[in-house]
Amino acid sequence: MAGKMFNREVICARGLRKKYGDKEVVRGINLSVSKGECFGILGPNGAGKTTIVKMIFGLSPPTSGTLLVLGMNVNGNQREIKKHLGVVSQEDHLDSDLNVGENLEVFARYYGMRPAESRPYVKQLLELMGLSDRYRSKIHELSGGMRRRLSIARSLINNPDLLILDEPTTGLDPHARRLVWQMLRSIKEKQITMLLTTHYLEEASILCDRLVIMDDGIILDEGNPRFLVKKHAGEEVLELGLREKPEFWQNEISARFGDMQKGSLLLGDSLYFYLNGDGKVLLNEINSLATPVSYHLLRPSNLEDVFLKLTGKKLETES
Amino acid sequence: MIGKTSFLYKYRPELSMLFWEVFRRNMIVFNKYWFSNIMFNFLEPLLYLLALGIGLGLYIPEIEGLSYLEFISPGILASSAMWATSFECTYNSFIRLQVQKTYHAIVSTPVSLDEIVMGDIAFGAFKSMFYGSIFLVVLFFLGYISSPLALLVPVVLILSGVVFAQLSMIWTSVAPNMELFSYYFTLFITPMFLFSGIFFPIENMPIFVQRLAWFTPLFHSVQICRGLITGQFDPLLWANLLVLILFAAILFFPPLILMRRRLIK
Repeated sequence: MAGKMFNREVICARGLRKKYGDKEVVRGINLSVSKGECFGILGPNGAGKTTIVKMIFGLSPPTSGTLLVLGMNVNGNQREIKKHLGVVSQEDHLDSDLNVGENLEVFARYYGMRPAESRPYVKQLLELMGLSDRYRSKIHELSGGMRRRLSIARSLINNPDLLILDEPTTGLDPHARRLVWQMLRSIKEKQITMLLTTHYLEEASILCDRLVIMDDGIILDEGNPRFLVKKHAGEEVLELGLREKPEFWQNEISARFGDMQKGSLLLGDSLYFYLNGDGKVLLNEINSLATPVSYHLLRPSNLEDVFLKLTGKKLETES
Repeated sequence: MIGKTSFLYKYRPELSMLFWEVFRRNMIVFNKYWFSNIMFNFLEPLLYLLALGIGLGLYIPEIEGLSYLEFISPGILASSAMWATSFECTYNSFIRLQVQKTYHAIVSTPVSLDEIVMGDIAFGAFKSMFYGSIFLVVLFFLGYISSPLALLVPVVLILSGVVFAQLSMIWTSVAPNMELFSYYFTLFITPMFLFSGIFFPIENMPIFVQRLAWFTPLFHSVQICRGLITGQFDPLLWANLLVLILFAAILFFPPLILMRRRLIK
């Protein structure tokens, strides 16, 4: 397998840029994804996530910089690279002229596998994705979650060295989403390298070993999800709703209790304190100042806080 | 030497036998629906043949030594093949490209976009051959085949099918939406259907119409089919064949390049 030539670095991007006309959507990013890890690209819609994915499988050639996939430059090695890729795209690109089994068998042919070779594997994949009894179903008879699982099954047909999942659970209901996560975790156990783009923080936290946070075509930070949360947002967050003069109170509280927090952020009339110490102590202090608080919430920090702090905006626009 | 930034390098074709798998994918779908599509692809030309050949034919004396029905039947055969291919490579290809995103899915596999387009063109040519040949069989049973040369008609239909598929794919690769296909049919396919010597010899038309006919693939395919079916073999038919081959050669790259420009950005 050509895929074994690379030395553990499955994706390597250096100074990668992409321009569409005048608009630069990927603005000089560096990425390194190692063999066997699940690597996440977290960012809002329009951050440039899908563009990176398209550059990997050749739908969008880089404007400048280098992009190596499985040790091969994406310019000029598309076919060789794609032999070792599995792609689950954002929209379901299932073949609705074909039934479930045919979708997998016809796809296997694109990788040069005859139905006699692929059929046992097709059955195995459908079982893995909980679709065994759907072999002859038409695509339009499947629910959104089933379709997505079928897309994932299809992307595994060539036993890929790199599985690309572009927003794998966007548009699914919470139950279907959880089921997809469960299946992706079982794929992860097989040590397949995964590149996952998402704007769901929970998804990134659950699945990714390492991730980058992207906004507006650049990478803001990189690391293990728990490490990133701790680094930027500490252990806990105190969220306050302020009835009046939010800026004044932000400055006031920051000045008085600076040592109890790693920083603060004001979004509308909501004030977020990223805590060093005990949140309850700070909350008592704030109440003793007669701060005009409409609500308060003391909770563990999460990736949303990291994103909010790094970009000043909310990530999950859908929910 | 071709520089890596040049147009020729950028659009060098990426073709292998994998295009065959795209053709095969279309065949799997075809096997499910061919019978229900027969109405449009086969019954409609048959109605033309009967209405014009028998109805109008009563009032028309012989043309070039043939009864009117004999005269028009090879042309209707050739045009029915054209219609079948043109619908396949416009509406159906566009649905695969833009609606179902079948192309997007396939292009993430080792199959190249060039091979997808080639696969669709090959399938368009197959449809030309298939529906044209069914018509040929009917003509045989109606007793309108006068020469064993008619056995070569399917080969001609493959060649003309390639040309119509290429032309349709060019339109498909630049059309922003499906509404624009009616322009392709109204401005291009229907005039060809009417003025390619199917219903009347173009020798009596104004000279510019005759000249124009030489630049349309249907005219040549009608001429060759008529020669083969009636057995009135004119050496000029070699010229018609050569023109069809030239069309196919000239139109080889444009659909590949245009589809890449559409999809790979």
